[in-house]
Amino acid sequence: MNFPLMPDQASNFARPYDALFFVLTALTILFTILVGALVLFFAVRYRKGSRVDRSGAVESHLGLEITWTAIPLLLGLVMFWWAAKLYVETRQPPKDAMEVFVIGKQWMWHLQHSNGVRENNELHVPVGVPVRLTMISQDVIHSFFVPQFRIKQDVLPGRYTQQWFVASKPGKFNLFCAEYCGTQHSEMGGYIYAMPPQEFQKWLASGGDKKRPNQPTMADLGKALYDRLACANCHGPQDTERGPSLYGLYGAKRRMTDGTVVEADASYIRESIKNPYAKINESYQNTMPEYRELTEEDLLNLLAYIRTLGTAKAPGPVLGNAGPAQIGGANR
Amino acid sequence: MSTAAPVLHGESPKAPPSYLQAGHTIKSWLLTGDHKRIAVLYLISVSVFFFFGSLAASMIRIELVSPRGVMLESDTYNKVFTAHGIIMIFFFLIPAIPAVLGNFLLPIMIGARDLAFPRLNLLSWYLYVAGGLCGVLAIAFGGVDTGWTFYTPYSSMYSNTNVTLTIIGAFIAGFSSIATGINFIVTVHKMRAPGMTWFRLPLMVWGSYATSLIIVLGTPVVAITLLLVVMERVFHIGVFSPELGGDPVLFQHLFWFYSHPAVYIMILPAMGVINEVITCFSRKRIFGYHFIAFSSLAIAGLGFLVWGHHMFVSSQSMYQGMVFSLLSYLVAVPSAIKVFNWTATIYKGSVRFQTPFLYVLGFMGLFVVGGLTGLFLAAMSTDVHLTDTYFVVAHFHYVMAGSNLIALLAGMHYWWPKMYGRLYNKKLAAISSALIFVGFNLTFLPQFVLGSRGMPRRYFNYLPQFQDLHVASTIGSWVLAAGLFLTAAYLLASFRQPKGMAANPWGGRTLEWETTSPPTTHNFEGQPVLQHGPYDYRPEPAAVGVKELAH
Ligand code: HEC
Ligand SMILES: [Cu+2]
Ligand SMILES: [Cu+2]
Repeated sequence: MNFPLMPDQASNFARPYDALFFVLTALTILFTILVGALVLFFAVRYRKGSRVDRSGAVESHLGLEITWTAIPLLLGLVMFWWAAKLYVETRQPPKDAMEVFVIGKQWMWHLQHSNGVRENNELHVPVGVPVRLTMISQDVIHSFFVPQFRIKQDVLPGRYTQQWFVASKPGKFNLFCAEYCGTQHSEMGGYIYAMPPQEFQKWLASGGDKKRPNQPTMADLGKALYDRLACANCHGPQDTERGPSLYGLYGAKRRMTDGTVVEADASYIRESIKNPYAKINESYQNTMPEYRELTEEDLLNLLAYIRTLGTAKAPGPVLGNAGPAQIGGANR
Repeated sequence: MSTAAPVLHGESPKAPPSYLQAGHTIKSWLLTGDHKRIAVLYLISVSVFFFFGSLAASMIRIELVSPRGVMLESDTYNKVFTAHGIIMIFFFLIPAIPAVLGNFLLPIMIGARDLAFPRLNLLSWYLYVAGGLCGVLAIAFGGVDTGWTFYTPYSSMYSNTNVTLTIIGAFIAGFSSIATGINFIVTVHKMRAPGMTWFRLPLMVWGSYATSLIIVLGTPVVAITLLLVVMERVFHIGVFSPELGGDPVLFQHLFWFYSHPAVYIMILPAMGVINEVITCFSRKRIFGYHFIAFSSLAIAGLGFLVWGHHMFVSSQSMYQGMVFSLLSYLVAVPSAIKVFNWTATIYKGSVRFQTPFLYVLGFMGLFVVGGLTGLFLAAMSTDVHLTDTYFVVAHFHYVMAGSNLIALLAGMHYWWPKMYGRLYNKKLAAISSALIFVGFNLTFLPQFVLGSRGMPRRYFNYLPQFQDLHVASTIGSWVLAAGLFLTAAYLLASFRQPKGMAANPWGGRTLEWETTSPPTTHNFEGQPVLQHGPYDYRPEPAAVGVKELAH
């Protein structure tokens, strides 16, 4: 009989995850049977009229109370610790991870590789290579869920979140939106294709499924936009009175007019462009125009370009390394 | 009260009429201050909402028989599951046990004539009805599609359904719970009969008291949060939408700050009922009274500190998540303590397998499964995969819906004779308790597997590989429905039975069984004075301690 509890194991997280899951399942079954059996046994044995010894029943017993407080408590602490350790790994992508950018919108996934290859509702990744997803939503909250990888992370409007994985075997895996997002929430899915690395490189170089090789990279697109919008008028290689230099901005610390110090991570830079008055650089006023009409895609391209201007912590990770799921603290 | 005759079992010849007989006009019901009549009003209205909530549930289940849907559009489906959630949570699960059983029993159990503020009590019923009407209107005008969780910015900026009206309904209903909560707290503090010390309170009262604390502390938060959603929606005041400079995750923090404790609003009164029933039908004083009482308070307190376990994948920081996970494990302990104490109560008891006890057995089963599966979701790593899947759906149906409903049924079967002076058909009751237990498990056990296999919740269409388990679940829902219909039928039929029933058919040893069944308007003739605590189930118990006090 084939009655799996879990989907295929197809990422680095699947095995350790399943081990914990099965231990929890075993404990659940064990305790359910234990309590169920005791209750039924006592109830039947001590049913009304049965001739059994009922002497010596007590109304409370400190030793017992301590025992059955301590055992669940200890087991619980062990489970907590085990799970927390695994979770920490899922939130700490390796620095050399390959980058993929995800934009969620009602009701589709838009995915972008750094070299400019785009996909909709499908994502191709190499097996055995860490992949980091940097994700943002254009409208409501979505959630990027790949059951075979045991990963899930909400995709928020207004700030980037991230997650990572290493696909452990080639194949076609499900992509779901797990956060309710309206009419076609259940249609907002697709597939992840994990391919052997060489095959993937070929696929990527040939321009993806659409077979459009030599597309402009995200940074190229960002540069074009940067020029078209004349950002350089105010942002040159040196700080000027028109605006601060964006060279080396990535990952640097900036002090704001209200005295707080923020790290210039992806979410901060995004907010500085889309909504510059939310936080204002200490040495400046709110003279930067708002670029509210920029799409999330434009913003990702601009970010990719600004990153090429150097990072404060070179050769640091591509889009900030705020560690936990969220990269940035925009809106906090 | 001039009569000085002993009132044990209310056998006084000139006893005034029961609360049911105390007035027959509609006005005498709609303007009553009697907590028992208000409980009956609540029972009727809660049952109506339960019926509609169940109707929505069965539509969902039928729809999911096929991976591509059966009869609804996806928009309609979204509205139906939203209606199911909102009705069941705000208009059934939260009020059911406190407002029906709590309202009826709490004053009697502590030897009081009524709640501290009878008119506030009546007002709370009207608020409940007004809130419910808003909800009904919202559905009549086309429904809502946000899910009962109202997540922003979907609810505040994107949904073009009747969010505002629904939220106003939930808001008003919230004030109804607050009124009940305040009333219970004051009553327990101020209206206890002479001799009714805190540790002589029946555990049902402790459960209701702890629940009331949560209601009073938590409900205002969700009420204001929901109001902020309306502000953003109607006046574009930016709170939650990033487009307006807000933070969408802030909503989740505020929402779960109430809505996690709300789980305990649903389960603590249920546990209270189970305490009463289990000790009565084991004919043994409940094991570990103090531990059970304090565990209720511990749950009420800790329950406020775990909301973040709903947000492990919502961008909360890793360390924040750890704290919430750890605290969630801690809050599980007091529940475990209760389960073990109940088990120990049965040990060396003298068990009567009457209907209420059958429900206790069912409750223990569902609650243990529901509680333990919660540990998968409190564990950060497993939660990543399981959250927002059917695993969560199954888990919370076990703890909130199953346990609460079954405890409500246990309580209704235990106190039905107290409330109406009539017994029901016990054979049918046994059959339907079995149907409900089997049906419930058949409905929701498959959903655990669906979830761990990766089926997301709130999906109208799904992959064909999930169909078998969905079909099993739907069949289970029909068994469950059959059990519920049967229950409704024989309970209603009991009104046609003659009344000549003993005032205390189960031999209960708490104060409410020391008065007539059904009680008179003032509950007791004269003032009871307690000699000792509840649950004296020795073969020859001391008088429970109702002593006539001339006044
Ligand atoms: C009219 C001059 C002007 C233009 C044009 C302009 N900016 Fe700015 N920008 C500023 C000023 C002044 C600040 C500092 C005040 C603030 O924080 O808003 C700033 C801040 C920033 C920051 C935050 C830097 C930091 O050190 O905190 C970023 C990123 C940025 N701009 C990007 C852009 C991009 C991308 C464009 C083009 C789309 C652009 N700016 C166009 C004037 C300008
Ligand atoms: Cu979605
Ligand atoms: Cu919770």
